Amino acid sequence: MIERALSADGLSPLHGRRFGWTAQIAFTLVALIVAVTAAGPWIMPFDPDAVDLVQRLQPPGPVHWLGTDHLGRDILSRLIAGAGVSLGSVALAMALILAAGIAIGGAAGVLGGRFDQAIMRTTDIFLTFPTLVLALFMIGMLGTGLTNVILAIALSHWAWYARIVRGIVLSLKHREFVLASHLAGMSRLRVFTKHLLPATLSQLLVLATLDIGHIMLHVSSLSFVGLGVTPPTAEWGVMLNDARQFVWTKPLLMLWPGLALFLSVMAFNLAGDALRDRLDPRLDLGHVH
Amino acid sequence: MSLLSARNLSRSYDRAPLLGRGRPHRVLDGVSLDIAPGETVALLGRSGCGKTTLARMLVGLDRPDAGEVLFEGQSLARLPKARWQDLRRTVQMVFQDPVGAVDPRATVGDVLAEPLRNLCGLSPAEIRLRIAELLSAVELGPEAVGRYPHQMSGGQLQRVCIARALAPQPRLVILDEAVSNLDVHLQIRMLELFAELRRARGVSYLFVTHDLRLVERFCSRVLVMDTGRIAEDAPAALALRSPAGRALQEAVLPAWPLAGRLPPVGDLCDPSALADRRQIAR
Repeated sequence: MIERALSADGLSPLHGRRFGWTAQIAFTLVALIVAVTAAGPWIMPFDPDAVDLVQRLQPPGPVHWLGTDHLGRDILSRLIAGAGVSLGSVALAMALILAAGIAIGGAAGVLGGRFDQAIMRTTDIFLTFPTLVLALFMIGMLGTGLTNVILAIALSHWAWYARIVRGIVLSLKHREFVLASHLAGMSRLRVFTKHLLPATLSQLLVLATLDIGHIMLHVSSLSFVGLGVTPPTAEWGVMLNDARQFVWTKPLLMLWPGLALFLSVMAFNLAGDALRDRLDPRLDLGHVH
Repeated sequence: MSLLSARNLSRSYDRAPLLGRGRPHRVLDGVSLDIAPGETVALLGRSGCGKTTLARMLVGLDRPDAGEVLFEGQSLARLPKARWQDLRRTVQMVFQDPVGAVDPRATVGDVLAEPLRNLCGLSPAEIRLRIAELLSAVELGPEAVGRYPHQMSGGQLQRVCIARALAPQPRLVILDEAVSNLDVHLQIRMLELFAELRRARGVSYLFVTHDLRLVERFCSRVLVMDTGRIAEDAPAALALRSPAGRALQEAVLPAWPLAGRLPPVGDLCDPSALADRRQIAR
């Protein structure tokens, strides 16, 4: 019973159950994508930006495993380089989102009162618009380019995280263990970092994993319409856009980046689902000691 | 001068209905009390009469709507920042629910180290020594240091909470139903510990409780709360022996479900009476 009462606070019952096979595949795929991205510069067979017009539009073969594009660049190398850009920008955007969400949501929850009201009305405004529309609007204001895309994505997503952190902080801040820490002479900031923030982490982790795929698609779609990464940088959205003109003659050119995007987004989403099933106490009805 | 006093404390919570205007619900209504150094006071009252709210206000975890709490004559509302640490060192509280009062992610060692680090400024080595002392004072073994709350029973956790409250060597400890979920043997051991601290350092106690046996055994003065007011403030012996005290005992505070059929609570220390009670209860 105690266990149940504890897990209602968003605690992580990380013991007892195993991940299913879909989750295992998802985690393997995520690990593979991260490994390939990290090892990118060493395992790329060719320079991803090296133009070789003689070898243009080659079908897959023993030299160029996935073929070459309209400028004779090796597609496999460009996919690997693109993974770095995708994951790197997602990681950066996510770091910004988490930092802003935790700082702003935490401050609203801990300080309360008028400050909380002001912050929450601001998040309401951000939550009203669909994230893509908001991101397009921000890029319209900030200008195009990868840095601005990352900023725009962070600005259009932080409000969700801030609300979650604030909600958990509000639900816990009058609990006796938090009051006891105040009695033990801890400052509000230390109580937040030591006791309240750890309680939000499992939910933030789940939300972040589920959003990674979504943000990857954002980056690629903004690059696809020419607002994000600009050619010739290898990025999956840019590669899709490059391949657009050959969609009838060389459909494989579009397949590879599309497949890479599809697999990565799917892997991160499935991993997020698995983590949610595992960490969300409300779905954990069979778990009683 | 009294260590901690309350002057006319009032507090209400808003009850907001779906339609119409909210009606304030008065939890405390002009409560005043004084706790002198070395004094042991019981605060009795039915559930929901405002005992816990009052206890939290006394340690500065909740603010009154009107009235003030005075720490050594100084109002908490105007207490400078440095004095707050003094207040924390001097007045500690043990909460009612031991499971809710410890962070489920912290080990017992972490829980006990918090006040020692923040209020006493001890070095890590001194903290380790002091934690071992505190654990043995509340009859927990040294292996408890690395345990998590979910690995301990409610009674063990309650003793961890008592140890945490005693850690900064406070001069007043407010105990909100703090010994009620310990078995009789441990209750007696904890009361002996409190009595020892009272003798050695003149520690005062405020017991917020339903338990009349505790009041008779340990407290010198009784405050009885009813609907947010102090209904009676009298020496313990008088409060429970006077006709009014008896009536209150039966009407407000049924100490034992079978009270009418059992020998009086005062004889609890007598082994034969205890055996009788067991027999009847069966």
